[in-house]
Amino acid sequence: MNERAICVRIEDLKLTLEHLHSEGYNYFSFVTAVDYPDHFLLVYGLVNTGKHEITFIETPLSKDKPVAPSSTGIWKGADWHEREVYDLFGITFEGHPDMRRMFLPEEFEGHPLRKDFQSDEVEKKPEDFY
Amino acid sequence: MGLKDAQKGPVMPAIHLVKLEKLFDWGRKNSIWPLPWALACCGIEMMATYASRFDLDRFGILGGFPSPRQCDAIVIAGTVTKKIVPVIKRLYQQMPEPKYIIAMGNCANSGGIFYYDSYNVVKGVDTVIPVDVYIPGCPPRPEALVEGFLKLQEKILGESAAEK
Repeated sequence: MNERAICVRIEDLKLTLEHLHSEGYNYFSFVTAVDYPDHFLLVYGLVNTGKHEITFIETPLSKDKPVAPSSTGIWKGADWHEREVYDLFGITFEGHPDMRRMFLPEEFEGHPLRKDFQSDEVEKKPEDFY
Repeated sequence: MGLKDAQKGPVMPAIHLVKLEKLFDWGRKNSIWPLPWALACCGIEMMATYASRFDLDRFGILGGFPSPRQCDAIVIAGTVTKKIVPVIKRLYQQMPEPKYIIAMGNCANSGGIFYYDSYNVVKGVDTVIPVDVYIPGCPPRPEALVEGFLKLQEKILGESAAEK
């Protein structure tokens, strides 16, 4: 399977996704995020099942305004992937039909995959104290 | 001695004198209907224990009940997360007394490998509902689950349903 990765700005993300969909990228494999010290990186994996191509799209997001356009209008299967990213990273997707938490309880506070996540209920390992 | 010889001899009726209460407990012991609660890989071992090779039916333990109202035990098999705690509580309350809980595997006992650095795993199901039998292992082998059920049967025989 041919692989390629492209990096786009957040303003061009929606257009890029729509373009790739029209090019035959019919399978939304995943969306996930990376928490860097000064920004988030949104990573999409899109698959063209006809040509056996996979394209990764990387989009930096500012920490002050972690908002991205939803791709549920293009691929229906993006729904739960985006909810998962919202649940664990706190990145909201504009235009998503049902932007709720995916895995954690509704009353959960914070987004646990962020590096600055703190909670009293998380037990530290004994070696972390030394 | 064949059957014909036995018929010739004096017929001795086999009589056991027990309290009715004990007979009742013996019956309860040999017909545990557990609510299967497969949450993680322990659930696979539990299914293997129900299946023909290990065969929990030999001990009167039947599987696959969908309703807690017909059950008298729960097997918590797997990792208990915070999201499933309200469901466990509700179904536990729906069960008729007397009821018993088996915590199967390290996760259900104490949180297991998810004890440290975990934001969503409950540190032992005994923080939520009372547990009667703990089965260690990650996951426990089917023999261990059978042993756990035998321990539960000992416990049921040693106490009275009227007291509980």
